[in-house]
Amino acid sequence: MTARASGSDAIVVGAGIVGASCAAALSRDGWRVTVLDRAFASAGTTSVGMGHVVVMDDSPEQLALTAYSARLWRELRPQLTKRSEYDACGTLWIAENAEQLAALEGKRATYASANVRAEVIDSRALRDAEPGLRTDLLGALLVPDDAVIYPPGATLDLLDLVKQNGGAVRDGADVRAIVDHGVVVGSETLRADVVVNAAGAAAPALTPGLPIVPRKGHLAITDRYPDMCRHQIVELGYLTSAHAMTSESVAFNVQPRSTGQILIGSSRELVGWDASLNRALLQQMLKRAADLMPALRDTSIIRVWTGFRPATPDKLPLIGAWEQSAGLWVAGGHEGLGITLSLATAQLIADQIAGRKPVIDPSPFSPMRVLLQIPVEAHS
Amino acid sequence: MTLRRFDIMVNGKPVSVRSGSTVAAALLSADQSTFRQSVAGELRGPVCGMGICYECRVTINDVAQQRACLRVVESGMRVETGAAGA
Repeated sequence: MTARASGSDAIVVGAGIVGASCAAALSRDGWRVTVLDRAFASAGTTSVGMGHVVVMDDSPEQLALTAYSARLWRELRPQLTKRSEYDACGTLWIAENAEQLAALEGKRATYASANVRAEVIDSRALRDAEPGLRTDLLGALLVPDDAVIYPPGATLDLLDLVKQNGGAVRDGADVRAIVDHGVVVGSETLRADVVVNAAGAAAPALTPGLPIVPRKGHLAITDRYPDMCRHQIVELGYLTSAHAMTSESVAFNVQPRSTGQILIGSSRELVGWDASLNRALLQQMLKRAADLMPALRDTSIIRVWTGFRPATPDKLPLIGAWEQSAGLWVAGGHEGLGITLSLATAQLIADQIAGRKPVIDPSPFSPMRVLLQIPVEAHS
Repeated sequence: MTLRRFDIMVNGKPVSVRSGSTVAAALLSADQSTFRQSVAGELRGPVCGMGICYECRVTINDVAQQRACLRVVESGMRVETGAAGA
């Protein structure tokens, strides 16, 4: 699997931000890349998420991968256009109680071990940084290099890099199957040395056996309130909500957008592909937001919607060769971190295809691990 | 019902209004036709007058994005329009 012939064909299935990133990395390596999407660029999960570039430490592997990918985003920034809306606003992980306050220093040290700048700030500094928050919060960990982007814009920027390198993007492609060294589109079979399945939450439909399930989330966006929210703000308990593969949970997460709007999350539930609003859960999510950020009580929410995160049972993405099908690589299962992790995912795949040594150890993310693990968690 | 007049503050200046009128009506009768600016900087003012179009949003007593057509003037009310980009 070290095929490297310059100008050989590669097909990426899925023009979300992960597929676009993979296509950009492969085209940079000299592959002649075709991106196929059943709808159009960023039509799926990419356009309904929050758009954070955030370092997370749920596990050492997640920390290594998010820190690496956040660095790749900073390096890519000069090549992004205005439509990517890259805003290095930083993240504030807020502590509500003494136990969480005590945990901030450990989190800072963990981030430092991955060469990620972070700083513990006290309650007064937090009030200055975010006057809209509840005033009795005890402190926060500030991660200044985290950023917010507009994922559909960034996806288009990445696809433009693919086109500049001679690649093509085909919308409305009726992708029916991935076969050895090829993809069946409608009645024709396109041949390629390398195929990347980056079909997001729909990836298992093309590669049976991938343990990816849709994990639904709600988001709400306010009218424009410039300066009300200046950082991405996350409650320290967020990882608990994200980690437990339980039926329903909410966790406070807000983001400033370039328009002055505030994006409010988050919820998680396993309900298959039912995209309808769960009003009780939405209410719980918004109550949590208003509790931690009382300034939000006076805002108008202009839109709410749902989307599906591609979740895996062990909370790590699936990145690497899928040896059950010749030439096939998988780039998926990023759950809520697809925007952050898209660039590192692409680089790990491109490096392994080219026979280069990746910057971080790719083995924890190999999709082949699923053959040794528990089956996909059942959901109602 | 007796009609009386009192002042509200519009962009920091006193404007005489009639009790019972909406903020939108009060602003229009004071020749204030620009209520806000769009993201692209276009000038906007009330269109529907009944809470549907959201074109008449102003800041009332420091709370942004309030529909002027749905709020009745109150003594001491402070209104800021978006002519300066708010």
